[in-house]
Amino acid sequence: MPTADSRLDVRKTYKLYIGGAFPRSESGRSYVVNDGKGRFLANAAQASRKDARDAVAAARKAFGGWSGKTAYNRGQVVYRVAELLEGRRVQFVEEVQRSEGATKRQAERAVDLSIDRLVWYAGWADKVAQVVGSANPIAGPYFNFSLPEPTGVVVVVAPEESSLLGLVSVLAPVIVTGNTAVVVTSYSRPLPAITLSEVLATSDVPGGVVNMLTGSAAEVAPWLASHMDVNAIDLTGVSDASLAASLEESAAENLKRVRRPEDGPADWSADPGMDRLTAFLETKTVWHPIGI
Amino acid sequence: MNVSKGSTSSTGAMFDYAPAPESRSVVDIASSYGLFIDGEFVDPVGDTSFKTISPATEEVLAEVSEASAEDVDRAVRAARTAQSRVWSKMSGRERSKYLYRIARIIQERSRELAVLESLDNGKPIRESRDVDVPLVAAYFFYYAGWADKLEYAGFGPDPRPLGVAGQVIPWNFPLLMLAWKIAPALATGNTVVLKPAETTPLTALLFAEICQQADLPRGVVNIITGAGETGRALVTHDGVDKVAFTGSTDVGRSIAKAVAGSDKKVTLELGGKAANIVFDDAPVDQAVEGIVNGIFFNQGHVCCAGSRLLVQESVADDVLERLKRRMSTLRLGDPLDKNTDIGAINSADQLEKIRQLSEVGEAEGAGRWSPACEIPQHGFWFPPTIFTGVSQAHRIAREEIFGPVLSVITFRTPAEAVQKANNTPFGLSAGVWTDKGSRILWAADQLRAGVVWANTFNKFDPTSPFGGYKESGYGREGGRHGLEAYLAHS
Repeated sequence: MPTADSRLDVRKTYKLYIGGAFPRSESGRSYVVNDGKGRFLANAAQASRKDARDAVAAARKAFGGWSGKTAYNRGQVVYRVAELLEGRRVQFVEEVQRSEGATKRQAERAVDLSIDRLVWYAGWADKVAQVVGSANPIAGPYFNFSLPEPTGVVVVVAPEESSLLGLVSVLAPVIVTGNTAVVVTSYSRPLPAITLSEVLATSDVPGGVVNMLTGSAAEVAPWLASHMDVNAIDLTGVSDASLAASLEESAAENLKRVRRPEDGPADWSADPGMDRLTAFLETKTVWHPIGI
Repeated sequence: MNVSKGSTSSTGAMFDYAPAPESRSVVDIASSYGLFIDGEFVDPVGDTSFKTISPATEEVLAEVSEASAEDVDRAVRAARTAQSRVWSKMSGRERSKYLYRIARIIQERSRELAVLESLDNGKPIRESRDVDVPLVAAYFFYYAGWADKLEYAGFGPDPRPLGVAGQVIPWNFPLLMLAWKIAPALATGNTVVLKPAETTPLTALLFAEICQQADLPRGVVNIITGAGETGRALVTHDGVDKVAFTGSTDVGRSIAKAVAGSDKKVTLELGGKAANIVFDDAPVDQAVEGIVNGIFFNQGHVCCAGSRLLVQESVADDVLERLKRRMSTLRLGDPLDKNTDIGAINSADQLEKIRQLSEVGEAEGAGRWSPACEIPQHGFWFPPTIFTGVSQAHRIAREEIFGPVLSVITFRTPAEAVQKANNTPFGLSAGVWTDKGSRILWAADQLRAGVVWANTFNKFDPTSPFGGYKESGYGREGGRHGLEAYLAHS
């Protein structure tokens, strides 16, 4: 019950994040997001096919600039995302706690791990080529070297349960290597993704490098899987096996690289290894003759 | 048949070559072949067969068995048993020695393999003898050495084989593609069921005999022959853990669809439409050799062929004039003649496809040119051909022709060259010709292709990863990278 000296808080409008801007869904739709106990939290934008296509266009537009940055620079940009996340730690803890119905301690751990994971991946930017690249001992008067390059526009279906740590764990390796991303966020827990978008928008990540679509993966992901200007799709957050199979089948149309969902529940607190880092890299081998 | 002499007389060449055919007596082709399953040649269940012919003469070389779904099942079971009971239990050191043995036998029987390859495929003996077969041995040597060093390959402390690999290979480099598939699969502890292309099964069947000579445990390598249906049965078989395919983008797409939702791992090496970019400061004579090697090597039956020549406008006339002069010296004819540069087109179907696309090129307004060139009476032949005045919208600039047909496109600025080069759904390879080092590195960085050859073209090596971007497929073959496709790791 409001009293004379009480203050009504100003709620946030949660929108999509496309090309560095925060538009509503062009469809005009939204859906109700509840907290872990079923209480109303917010109306989130429900992304449509058109929003998905806009997001791909934004990601494609951003790809040349982002992939063309030096690895050192990309590493610093991702590190800065961690800095800003740290600055908003309290806000994220509260949001994760409410979204996931977690205890404060669990939420704090998820946010801390998310920040640390960003730092970990940031450092990989200028190291991955040295670990997976090579100079090859050719049997002949030639020199060649093999280097990893980003695959291009990568669609990521983010984990459903782990709204921040899971999201950061699938997104960071995609962008730190120079890809641009279109993320379909958790349907039931989308709010931390949009707040993370605010962090990205105010960090040095160029607009379009990360695009966030809140809404139903079952509705939006098929358009993305069949989109001919998408180069790869990560199905981590797709728990319905038949949806995953049909997305993989659509992705085959232009030979998208597909990362299939894991068997069983993921442990996002575990050491991620290099698997996700190398999943969306191409190897390019450049030859030149040797002679006088 | 001797055509090499006649092929140059019409061009008024300075030199007249006497025919120098390689002897066929070194090969012993059986009249019919069974399927190689579980270490021995067996009759197919359905008792159906097809003929393989020499594309240079249309002579029937042998009757080859057509494997049915039941035969595929037999082969996969044999591979599974061999994998779980023998090959995966064997130490890497022992696996390694088997592969070294195979490599040595390939070297010992290299002339036989080269002649048989040229007979069945139609490629010049100069190429099968000097390129294909030496590389085949080299790939086996290279991967032999990995078999006992996998824990140092960077795929975790305990890399494990995937199980049974189903491998389907094309007709353009029959034995070399077999080596690219089988050598890394065996080194990593997998067993294989391999299907060679229906028009070029003979060297794979000879390889089966080499496995017998090497005392390779039965079932580790199974070779089944057949056409598309056999391949489909193999890649969709439930007992296959890993699918490796080299061939057309259309078939690759259908394989990717077929395995969707399964646990099968897949690597695909598919089509291409490579740009070979000649800048105005390129060493022109070297570039011309590179253009010729890029598109006329192996009759242009090369997925990474430099089928689009992008030449800077200011030097286009000079480059084209020298290219035409050089093309006039190419000798088309008997694949077994050591002087032959351009052999036979692999099949009537492929010849028809090349003819059709070339007619489309003319119909769309591009200028067609071939040197005067005598075409043998029998067999499948297509003269080296260039199209000038090609626009990016022309089908001959967009579709893979897979024949000795070059589309010439001009450009003005380096940025335009890169933009045009990347304007394709493919991304397998590219070439850059310039004397300027910084421009090479810039172009190599900008080109969206898995292999970039600077001041060279169509070079291959077992230590070097090969494979495409975009619709040219995924996964890499060759080098340390090539192991990844056959290992489970975490």
